[in-house]
Amino acid sequence: MTTDAQVTPAPADAAQRGRLRAGLDRAVQGRALPIATVSLAIVLLWYALAVWLNADLQINRFERADQSWTFGELVLATWAQDRPMLPAPHQIVAELNKTVFQTGITSVRSLVYHSWVTLSSTLAGFAIGTLLGILLAVGIVHARALEKSLLPWIISSQTVPILAIAPMIVVVLGAIGLNGLIPKAVISMYLCFFPVAIGMVKGLRAPDPLQMDLMRTYSASRWQTFWMLRWPSSLPFLFASLKVAIAISLVGAIVAELPTGAQAGLGARMLAGSYYGQTIQIWSALVAASVLAASLVGVVALGERWAHRRMGAQP
Amino acid sequence: MTPTAAPEAAPDAAASEAVPAPSAARASAAAGGGPVVRTQKLSLTFQTADGPVYALSGIDLTVEEGDFVSLIGPSGCGKTTLLRVIADLEQPTDGDIQVNGVTPHQARLERAYGYVFQAAALYPWRTIERNVTLPLEIMGVPQAERRARAAAYLEMVNLAGFARKYPWQLSGGMQQRASIARALCFDPDLLLMDEPFGALDEIVRDHLNEQLLNLWNTTGKTVVFVTHSISEAVFLSNKIVVMSPRPGRIADVIETDFPPDRDLDFRETQAFIDVAHRVRMGLRQGIADDD
Repeated sequence: MTTDAQVTPAPADAAQRGRLRAGLDRAVQGRALPIATVSLAIVLLWYALAVWLNADLQINRFERADQSWTFGELVLATWAQDRPMLPAPHQIVAELNKTVFQTGITSVRSLVYHSWVTLSSTLAGFAIGTLLGILLAVGIVHARALEKSLLPWIISSQTVPILAIAPMIVVVLGAIGLNGLIPKAVISMYLCFFPVAIGMVKGLRAPDPLQMDLMRTYSASRWQTFWMLRWPSSLPFLFASLKVAIAISLVGAIVAELPTGAQAGLGARMLAGSYYGQTIQIWSALVAASVLAASLVGVVALGERWAHRRMGAQP
Repeated sequence: MTPTAAPEAAPDAAASEAVPAPSAARASAAAGGGPVVRTQKLSLTFQTADGPVYALSGIDLTVEEGDFVSLIGPSGCGKTTLLRVIADLEQPTDGDIQVNGVTPHQARLERAYGYVFQAAALYPWRTIERNVTLPLEIMGVPQAERRARAAAYLEMVNLAGFARKYPWQLSGGMQQRASIARALCFDPDLLLMDEPFGALDEIVRDHLNEQLLNLWNTTGKTVVFVTHSISEAVFLSNKIVVMSPRPGRIADVIETDFPPDRDLDFRETQAFIDVAHRVRMGLRQGIADDD
């Protein structure tokens, strides 16, 4: 009897179980579940690390205050220090809430204000760098001499550590009266023209020989071949490069704020935090920077999807 | 594919408006004088790391206006190279070649020919219509006329309903027909075709052969057609050039006089079989020389 019932479940039950199964499959195959699992693991690990890293200091403090403590008290205390070695996630969230939502965006204590300062030089550097990268690639693809003379320099430019060259760029540009946004944008540009140039050289050469021959049979001009064949072929490569470029452009802007004693910007915020041991401030600036980077890459990805659809790509 | 459309029904009023009437074209062929393509002792040697490769050697070929000439031979016999020399996509190392009485370079600049490649080579970001109008855009034809011509030639190759589709939405045979429409739409008198149906299955190929023959009959264009299929060459051409490899040279030239309105059943006739046999003999001779 019982075995029979187990072997043949009621049809409605089976259908429901099927639906549940399908829903679960979707969740597993989709991105939601894996991302949630990993995020949860990271948060748990983070809390554990916070206890471990902050415990010594906390035990010291308890001892100095001649206070007896239990393990539970220790754990809670390590998650609530003013200047912890590693702040707990909820401390960072509280700081972010305070500096993003509770502070006017024009205040120097507002993280939105600092983000905007960094974002403006990121975008300026990204725009100039992208343009420079595309122009270099166009030159390289069309003139052998430029490939031989420019490409080695383009590659070696990226072997110089940006931390070493950034202060010099700032000093030199400062000497000719350029301050504020421009030196930072120049450093962003210095980093982000590279992936664009390399990606576009590959992209502009992407048309296959048949597609190029076709243009030749029509005696198309170089200009026509460029606009009707090379440029559209290169767009997938351009967008892949742009995603890298915008992320490192942000890194460039932040790095540029470190050696210059900048008063504003996410880099300045991190630097100030490290001067005064304000670890929570550093971490919240870090979170703001990564949210900013993710959104910028997301915007580029949206542009990519738009271009993809306009070019009739296979969905 | 479009199995419903009979090949004779392909060009309608719109198409024949954009295309010169066959009789007129034939008449001009007679009046025009000189051959469309003439080569004398044409040779081409590629210098490679492994030493010279003799792709073409002493080619004497004449293509008259209105001819359908097939170049047939095993791979490596230089048939594609010869077509590319005519198109000014390769430079001969020796000998003379004239296209429409001028150099291939000059002929290319005058947009004397339409070229159909082995693959359709459609640009994937353009709709079928805009692929067909690509040469017209390059040549600066106004948009209204571009669209009218695209419509006419897509109709001619039985792709009327596919103007707004993208290449990936079409089968291989349809893509190749679109590329033929693209080669025809600026109305060149010479059509160069490099194994256009080589990648297609035999059923589709037969169907397209019939359509192409019909197209040649209605437009009176000169066609140089590279293939390695004997039946395709014999069925389509009025002149079959049998080539043999290493070095690429002409082994035999066979002129035929088949009825212009032949259909696929014609391949069962004795006349067809005799010519096919002679082509096969020529090919075999070329291989035997090689060994």
